[in-house]
Amino acid sequence: MADKNKGSMSLKNILANNAVPIIFIGLSAIAIPISGFSANYLIQEMLTRLARNSFLVLSLLIPILAGMGLNFGMVLGAMAGQIGLIFVTDWAVTGVYGMMLAGLIGTPIAIVLGYICGAVLNRAKGREMVTSYILGFFINGVYQLIVLYTMGRLIPISNPQLVLSRGYGIRNAINLTGVRHVLDNLIPLKIFNNIDVPVATFILIGFFCILIIWFRKTKLGQDMRALGQDMKVAEEAGIPVERTRIIAILISTILACYGQIIFLQNIGTMNTYNSHEQAGMFAIAAILIGGASVSRATITNVFVGVVLFHLMFVVSPMAGKELIGQAQLGEYFRVFVSYGIIALALVLHAWRRMRAKAEARRSLRGEE
Amino acid sequence: MIRMKEKLQAFIENAGWPRIIIGLFLLSLFIAAPMVGVRLDASLSDTLVRVGMNGVLVLAMVPMIQSGCGLNFGLPLGIIAGLLGAVTSIQIGIQGSIGFLIAMVIAVPLAVVFGWMYGQLLNRVKGDEMMIATYVGFSSVALMCMAWLLLPYTSPTMIWGYGGSGLRTTISVEGFWFSALSKHLNIRIGEFFYLPIGMYIFFALMIFLVWGFFRTKTGTAVTAVGSNPEFARASGINVDKMRTISVILSTVLGAIGILVYEQSFGFVQLYMGPFYMAFPAVAAILLGGASVNKASMVNVVVGTFLFQGILTMTPSVINSVMQTDMSEVIRIIVSNGMILYALTRKVMVKR
Repeated sequence: MADKNKGSMSLKNILANNAVPIIFIGLSAIAIPISGFSANYLIQEMLTRLARNSFLVLSLLIPILAGMGLNFGMVLGAMAGQIGLIFVTDWAVTGVYGMMLAGLIGTPIAIVLGYICGAVLNRAKGREMVTSYILGFFINGVYQLIVLYTMGRLIPISNPQLVLSRGYGIRNAINLTGVRHVLDNLIPLKIFNNIDVPVATFILIGFFCILIIWFRKTKLGQDMRALGQDMKVAEEAGIPVERTRIIAILISTILACYGQIIFLQNIGTMNTYNSHEQAGMFAIAAILIGGASVSRATITNVFVGVVLFHLMFVVSPMAGKELIGQAQLGEYFRVFVSYGIIALALVLHAWRRMRAKAEARRSLRGEE
Repeated sequence: MIRMKEKLQAFIENAGWPRIIIGLFLLSLFIAAPMVGVRLDASLSDTLVRVGMNGVLVLAMVPMIQSGCGLNFGLPLGIIAGLLGAVTSIQIGIQGSIGFLIAMVIAVPLAVVFGWMYGQLLNRVKGDEMMIATYVGFSSVALMCMAWLLLPYTSPTMIWGYGGSGLRTTISVEGFWFSALSKHLNIRIGEFFYLPIGMYIFFALMIFLVWGFFRTKTGTAVTAVGSNPEFARASGINVDKMRTISVILSTVLGAIGILVYEQSFGFVQLYMGPFYMAFPAVAAILLGGASVNKASMVNVVVGTFLFQGILTMTPSVINSVMQTDMSEVIRIIVSNGMILYALTRKVMVKR
């Protein structure tokens, strides 16, 4: 009896754990025919977007492993990457070298910001997510202060095309002609029906996936896993909790920095004051749609999530237009889903944790 | 001399460094204003009008903080109830204070329903309220974006001219209930100083009601739940019920707050308008000295004044000094810095 119960529970668990991706597959299955997009177009879009976004989403994995939840502070890394890109564009370093240089400039900034983020989150244990979220806004203010008021004055920017007409401050939109598609087109490959495959980007993403898998097996990775399971126990086992947490956030911030550079080389233009804000929201929505939770995420979640989220991203305005005659409605639906899915995932996580707590209490009392 | 120093130290510890720095900053802005050619009476008047406009929205933070639900980042939910009241009242088309009253009569029951549901949700996610509240607020705003497009309102002042359906992003309340509260008993001294006493009386009334509520039996129970839920449960208080009451109260105050804001501002902002409205209110009450789990009426008034003072003074004064508009950046840094400070303080809620 007990065994049977367990069996049905595990099937239920599998369904429950994958409920979100299943719902989204269903939604896409309905919306794709309505939107009327061709398969060719959709495959091309998905490949492009997979290359564009996966790296950013990958940066969320390590803090989840360390039990710090979704790292809303990844926007800090994105800002570091953007600062790197501003300088590279100013110095007119083009091609893959330009990208590498942008990464090189971004890395120390990302390290500093990641350290700050980790230190702040150590003061707010138990509410890392909301704190990292607000920290993102705060650092955004600092970023604006630097980019809008000191660049071109205290920090020399020589290219007048980057600077606002008043003589200092970076323009709202920057054309990244020097690094546009340099990584995507490094190894050109066209498969049937003229679909471009950004091979080099995928190789880089694959390389980092392997790196993350390897990292999980190292001593540090195991420490993080222990921390994610129970901070108290980990501390008693002699793991330096605060230091390990800072490292987890540090890695995430640096990866987000590179991720944003890869993202922007594909887009080709940089929205100086908005690009990073969207990066965090979209990445988090994507990983959750892929079936990750606040406490558990795999590399599969990342790729499934990116595909499903962006499938909806592409399809829903068109489907909205065909259904009701208003593309705007589909657009709002997309916004609603991105926020709603984060809300839902957070609620489910908190709910599960509370139930586990209640059960633990019951078993302590000796009932059941 | 030593006593003075001790007293000063105690004061600093009480008020907290960020608050003192921001207070001094605001003071220096007021002092600097006449020197750079900004009229002091006009700025003071602007500040006070904004305090009246935003006061009730800040007040909406108090019940949830007191009951231990944390900072109400889900304020947009209450604001949506207020917006529904506002557009419905305009649709009905009754002008003046009666129209404003109708808007409130429609908004409050809606806010009670929303607040009840919101409360039920928050009771199931204890300890994670703030992050979830943020996203409940965001997703409800996005959901309403679709609703504003589809709801069958027909008043020509509100719907898009060309499509013939769907509400506009900004709707003027001019000709309906523009300054329904502010126009009463307002004081005008000289050319520049203007004080809408009517709005202030309403604000004071709201503060009094909330203050009074926390002195009733239920109100005391709510505070008890916030201070120590285990103890409250042991003494026979229904914790979940008290939390729900506080969430409903916060949501209702949010609905009323946005109506007060709109009657003074003159416009109803739909769609993404309410999206970030929780953040200034949260920052204001923290600036006033509230913590994540304690807030008082004094915090509301002081915080709203400090926050709105900075919002009003920085554009005019800083711009005259430096010839650049840094107000937006200062606003972002001050408000989020304040929230960050409150979240990372060592005195924290036990989970």
